Amino acid sequence: MTLRLEAINTGYGQVQILYDLSLEARPGEVLCLLGRNGAGKTTTLKAIMGLLPLRSGSITLDGQSLSDLPAHQVPGQGVAYVPQGRRLFTELTVAENIEIGLMTRGKSHRTRDRVLSMFPRLQDRLDQPAETLSGGEQQMLATARALCLEPSVLLLDEPTEGLQPSMIALIADTVRAMRTEGQAVILVEQRIDSVLALADRVAFIENGRGREVMDTADLRDDPSLVRKYVGI
Amino acid sequence: MDFGPHLLLAVLEGAVGAAVLALTALGLSLVFGVMRVVNVAHGEFFMLGAVVAWFIASPIAAHPAIGFVAALAIAPLVAGGIAVVVDRLVLKRVEYDPEATIVGTIGVLYIIQQSALMIYGPEARPVEPPFNHRIALPWVEWGDSGLSFYYPWGLSTTSYKLFVIVAAVAILVTFWSVMSRTRLGLIMRATQLDRETAVAFGIPVQRVYSIVFGFGAALAALSAVLIVPIQQAHYLMGHDPLLLSFIVVIIGGLGSVRGTVVAALLIGMSDGIISVFLSPTLSKILATLLVALVLVFRPQGLYGKKMA
Repeated sequence: MTLRLEAINTGYGQVQILYDLSLEARPGEVLCLLGRNGAGKTTTLKAIMGLLPLRSGSITLDGQSLSDLPAHQVPGQGVAYVPQGRRLFTELTVAENIEIGLMTRGKSHRTRDRVLSMFPRLQDRLDQPAETLSGGEQQMLATARALCLEPSVLLLDEPTEGLQPSMIALIADTVRAMRTEGQAVILVEQRIDSVLALADRVAFIENGRGREVMDTADLRDDPSLVRKYVGI
Repeated sequence: MDFGPHLLLAVLEGAVGAAVLALTALGLSLVFGVMRVVNVAHGEFFMLGAVVAWFIASPIAAHPAIGFVAALAIAPLVAGGIAVVVDRLVLKRVEYDPEATIVGTIGVLYIIQQSALMIYGPEARPVEPPFNHRIALPWVEWGDSGLSFYYPWGLSTTSYKLFVIVAAVAILVTFWSVMSRTRLGLIMRATQLDRETAVAFGIPVQRVYSIVFGFGAALAALSAVLIVPIQQAHYLMGHDPLLLSFIVVIIGGLGSVRGTVVAALLIGMSDGIISVFLSPTLSKILATLLVALVLVFRPQGLYGKKMA
């Protein structure tokens, strides 16, 4: 399913963060949002999830409006979110966090088994409170919880933040698997090596405004844009 | 009466108070835990439970148990229903802002209280207990022939008071089961832990808030129905439960179910014992002093988590 943002304007309270931002995430591709801290990448994901009301513009999924829905109905349309910092329900067990993900779209335990097979380490920790997991395991759980929706669009906000290389590789494998299954993935990522390895297209955001959108292959040939918009 | 039997009597009185206090405070704690709303009108939902119980039970001329059971079923529904309306008309409109909800619930407190005065009147009225047999309690003494039981004069309780303790424990266990074993409980706990993420996983937080506010008020009303055959229904009876519930919730830790129950036992039992041996006023002074000490040395309460 194609997710389309058209000239969206949003922000927090009186402070406007995004200005006429337009994007498109297509099925079977990984779109990476790149920009400096505070550019509006996380705000874009929150706006897609309906967590921030739009001042103007529209967000549609295969032509169906998401921005007209109450926020809690957005995930039911097949949009799953892995927030920055994982935002697990820390005092709930691993199994209960998974259960929340399954409840969202009424998925069965067959979905749970399939998701857990992707993250076998969680299988041994089902009765453990989420707050007792390591950072890498918490990221696995946050991703597993989102995958329990069997989403057609997956939003990942800095999933490799603070993780060791083996965990980063696991997350990268998961993203590739999503792409292979035909899901659209929107990835916010600071690690340029991860971006170049995973993304099909890159969208640069600067001060809440959309700038260039380009194929990753072109970015490899001209890394000056990364310096321009990200500063590294 | 000797000290031992006297102490047993005080403990029993304290247990009745603790049981009812645990239920009342649990409602307050649940609302604060999930919604972050300090419900200053919580005592009025307690009063509403008692007053509605009187309205339901008093016209029923048959056995008092019929009126009592009807009150037990209907009064919490009425209080819960009114709380849901308050949530929709007041709390939702101020977007659950912590300061605005305090002011809003103060307004609700006076509206409910003065409505009760106009409709129910200023009198204190009893609700007949469904049963109320006197039960003499035995004590032990060491005599010439060894250990023996005897029944000291004045050492007794009633079957209804024992029922209140058992019923409160049963309700607490049911509450715990709902919170820990059911889908509704899971949704409430998830909302309590992270409202925004709960929304991002399809939880209708607005509806959850209405249910929780109604549920909290219903718990207060339920505890009032249990206690109204021992005390009397009066339009100002909500003050003490509100104060004690705040004391319990602060000592136990805001939003902690376990802390609320432990603190209710501590405050309820000490209130009963100190009231019997010394004076009820002194018990309130000591409880308030305990709150001050908790706020100074352990602001998060016994089982609360430190704010980040």
